Amino acid sequence: MIPSLPQSPFAKWAYRAYVTLFFIYLGLPLAVVSVFAFNDSLFPSLPWEGFTLAWFFGNESPFIGVFHERAILRSIGTSAFVAAWVSVLSVFVGTCNAFLFVRHDFRGKALLYMLMLLPLIIPGVILGISILVFTSSVANTLEDATGLWFDGLRPGLILVILGQFSFITTFATLVISARLQKFDPSLEEAALNLGATKAGAIRQITVPFLLPAIVASAVVAMLMSFENFNTTLMLVGSDSPLTITMFDKLKQGSTPVLNAVSLLLMLASAALGLMSLLFQRKKA
Amino acid sequence: MASDTSKLGFYLLLAPILLWLALLILLPHVGLFLVSISEKIGPREYETGFGNYSAFFTEPLYWRTFARTAIMSILATALTLLLGFPIAYYIAKITRGRTKTTLFLMCMIPFWVSELVRTFGWMILLRETGVFSQFLQWAGLVSGPVEMLYNDAAIMVGLVYTSILFMVVPLVTTLDSLDDSLIEAGYDLGGTTTAVMREIVIPHAMPGIVSGCIVVFMLSLGNYLTPILLGGKDSLWFTGMIYTQFITRFNWELGSAFGFLLLALSSLVVFLGLKLSGRSLSETMGRS
Repeated sequence: MIPSLPQSPFAKWAYRAYVTLFFIYLGLPLAVVSVFAFNDSLFPSLPWEGFTLAWFFGNESPFIGVFHERAILRSIGTSAFVAAWVSVLSVFVGTCNAFLFVRHDFRGKALLYMLMLLPLIIPGVILGISILVFTSSVANTLEDATGLWFDGLRPGLILVILGQFSFITTFATLVISARLQKFDPSLEEAALNLGATKAGAIRQITVPFLLPAIVASAVVAMLMSFENFNTTLMLVGSDSPLTITMFDKLKQGSTPVLNAVSLLLMLASAALGLMSLLFQRKKA
Repeated sequence: MASDTSKLGFYLLLAPILLWLALLILLPHVGLFLVSISEKIGPREYETGFGNYSAFFTEPLYWRTFARTAIMSILATALTLLLGFPIAYYIAKITRGRTKTTLFLMCMIPFWVSELVRTFGWMILLRETGVFSQFLQWAGLVSGPVEMLYNDAAIMVGLVYTSILFMVVPLVTTLDSLDDSLIEAGYDLGGTTTAVMREIVIPHAMPGIVSGCIVVFMLSLGNYLTPILLGGKDSLWFTGMIYTQFITRFNWELGSAFGFLLLALSSLVVFLGLKLSGRSLSETMGRS
């Protein structure tokens, strides 16, 4: 079962065929989604009616392309807004956590570390409803006590941002901690010896060293935020992010405009992924 | 280290994590539990009791859906392991160098694509007017359109597809660390392929198998999109029920109880998995 051992040609080919089939299985759904974005038909299905770019640029009903479909454009904007906030917040807290766990020893550190990992094992739907229940009861109490309105604590973008932030921070913490662990503290000590202040040494030596991890976790946070569905579903208000809008359209049965959005999403995440890969290579 | 400034720095670092964990993780779950044990007896009047939990156990639709979700998730986990193990073994042991990196990265592709897009892809493939149905008709294997969507098999295909990466990645990592000479030694000592697998490869891969299974089971249990979009009208999923109680029925008390039961099951499985493998949460989750 390893290359250095003789094996019957039949077993070898059967194994290869299985692996090939597996990768076809992986690629097939993504391929059909992309291909049908260019089908000149009202439904994302066969028969093939010819090639068209109408699902991207069309502005005549019923061929309304992505770039003329208001609902989708607005939800992309909403998603980008949410993703930017989630990414900034989770990278900030993640960096603080990394310094805390790598540089400090304190009582209850192991417990705190375990708590930090907890969001990984809580299903997204539960995370969503628990935050929904908690913020609603806080809002009710505050409104009863003060007579003012606390709309920020009702389902809406703020809750979506908080909900996504609550578990994406764990990923940011893990990525940035892993990098900080590889940092040689003597570099920072050298800076201190040369007369730098503690803050100056961290800003000029440690943070540049951490930058690849910070950029990588910011990119991953953005992608996870863009793609998140379960937590968002429970916390969403009237402004819906892209995944929620797409889900609603998908349930109603849709035109290939959804394929076009999906293809653009795939291209965007591929571009982001490549960018972070190149960035890491350049720094390393 | 114990100077005043570093003390201050320490507390400044401690503040964000405490705020995050307390306000967004711990208190919400305490709140969820409190709501789940309160029963509505009148408008804005509640009393404490386990009525929501007893409603779950007395109404067959509720606990049957729960059991169904659990069983289908176990099945999906087993299937993912079965299908993923040969792939992980191939990547870790048969291929070398560039091919290995390429195949490994190709396994990651679904992760970079939104779950919604992946599910949409399966809908296009499986539905009555879909690609598979048309292909079968064209090939003359069937005479009319075939509906392959909206059943449990479709849910299974979607669940395995969504989670296989979380099985393959930890398996590749553990199998990579297995020295080839151990496998050779197994054969030299007269072991058959089955024996070598059972005695050497699988015991070595156990940590990867356990962490893969935990993650896949959790993801399947908590999945919402795949069962709702690929499943039929009768294929209920427990997360769908939670959503109905919260958003459609506005019965938050019952919904919270459901949520807590799902959380309990998922935590129990994680706990058992960790006990089984004798590893800590940090070791299992911290790496992946």
